[in-house]
Amino acid sequence: MQSKTHVTATINSEEVEFLCEPRQSLLEVLRETLGLMGAKEGCNNGNCGACSVILDGRLVNSCLVLAVEIQGRNLTTIEGIATPEGLHPLQQKFIEHAALQCGYCTPGFIVASKALLDQNPEPSEHEVRAWLAGNLCRCTGYDRIVKAVLDAADTPL
Amino acid sequence: MQSFDYEAPQGISEVIQLLAGKNGGARILAGGTDLLVQLREGRRNARLVIDVKNIPELTQITFDPKNGLRIGAATSCSQICSDPNVSEHFPGLVDAIHLIGGVQIQNRASVGGNLCNASPAADAIPALIVHEAVCHITGLNGTRTLPVEEFCVAPGKNALESGEFLTSISIPTTKERFGAGYLRFIPRNEMDIAVVGAGASVVLDSDRKRFVSARIALGAVAPTPLLASDAGAFLAGKAVTRENVKEAARMAQAVAKPITDLRGTAEHRKHLCAVLVERALDKAIERAGGHYAE
Ligand SMILES: Cc1cc2nc3c(=O)[nH]c(=O)nc-3n(C[C@H](O)[C@H](O)[C@H](O)COP(=O)(O)OP(=O)(O)OC[C@H]3O[C@@H](n4cnc5c(N)ncnc54)[C@H](O)[C@@H]3O)c2cc1C
Ligand code: FES
Ligand code: FES
Repeated sequence: MQSKTHVTATINSEEVEFLCEPRQSLLEVLRETLGLMGAKEGCNNGNCGACSVILDGRLVNSCLVLAVEIQGRNLTTIEGIATPEGLHPLQQKFIEHAALQCGYCTPGFIVASKALLDQNPEPSEHEVRAWLAGNLCRCTGYDRIVKAVLDAADTPL
Repeated sequence: MQSFDYEAPQGISEVIQLLAGKNGGARILAGGTDLLVQLREGRRNARLVIDVKNIPELTQITFDPKNGLRIGAATSCSQICSDPNVSEHFPGLVDAIHLIGGVQIQNRASVGGNLCNASPAADAIPALIVHEAVCHITGLNGTRTLPVEEFCVAPGKNALESGEFLTSISIPTTKERFGAGYLRFIPRNEMDIAVVGAGASVVLDSDRKRFVSARIALGAVAPTPLLASDAGAFLAGKAVTRENVKEAARMAQAVAKPITDLRGTAEHRKHLCAVLVERALDKAIERAGGHYAE
């Protein structure tokens, strides 16, 4: 068996250490080693966005990042979006707008939308749709998701 | 996924040593958006993966009006598209690089990876070709350069020798009255691979009524991205008319040798060549400040 590498990173504002093999994706390590099951595996090839995480402020698919690559870096997963005070406005609006059915895509959409609002607090509908092109949903038809994101944003409706 | 070792060196010389030490068993990792999928599916093998994203020269963009643009091979698409010099002086390049995947992919995928992966449908390559981009290659035997149009040699195969890797891509400063554009046909708005891609660049004369020179390149219609040199040469010295542009598009169409696959038939691709080359030339002419004679 391949020897394991020791990795230290900041995950959801906490310093975390883990051992992984170089071949393991960040998604695999999040789910199977660190018990962070929020990021989902939809396709494992970069097409669906269900595994979206924010790495050093940038939205990426964790299935296309090696876990060893996050040494010394800062990661936010869906588990780090809500605060002890309550849900993030995006999470609240997803519930209010019923922007999910099976919910499998939801963590990815919320993380992706958070990355959008962090850099563009008042996106237009077109900007929301273009930004979320890398996230697939088989259930909702997207409309409710876009409405929830616009409602959570400062964009006047 | 298959097992491999991982190294993330800080300098180019370490990469050369690592590549030489593995005798072809090592692979460069940039954004991993092609490589990790291929390793997972067993389409490529590696005993060692060398992450080059910690090497400053490979992740920097530099521009000066005299020497032009230099893009580190591992620079991400989003870094390139948000660079003010790139968007001001090379909008035709942004056309192509902006099309690669959605946000998640843009934040990881590099232009060097797009080139080295050598897909016939890679979006950045025709745009680089019409900008006369040059590959900067390093290995144990020193450095060399190669025009981008000579870099891909077969589907998935590039001109790098064992032990060599791509360090950067340079683009000469654009001449006055230069314009370029790239576009592709896909069945949806986002997130798909080109059925056909077309890039064009033009330099116009001082009245902006004649072409001084032109370059046309096509993607997804041959085993490698294609420079349609005759079609470009045809326009040199000609007036900027719809007729001449259509003739150049027909000439580019004639050198395309598309195949039928799940994305489109050879016949459809042939048709698209002429349509897209004409539109790419329209964009290039517009950006060069030109307009069609009546
Ligand atoms: C969902 C999705 C959508 C996509 N959409 C598009 C699209 O619209 N258009 C498009 O053209 N492509 C698309 N791609 C393909 C891919 O994202 C691009 O080809 C990308 O530019 C590859 O860059 P990378 O940095 O991720 O390369 P990597 O995967 O890191 O590398 C690709 C290959 O090149 C080699 N390599 C990388 N850098 C070097 C170097 N400096 N020297 C030598 N060898 C090197 C690697 O070893 C590997 O074999 C898509 C991929 C996915 C997963
Ligand atoms: S599981 Fe990562 S993009 Fe689908
Ligand atoms: S809610 Fe089921 S995939 Fe989106």
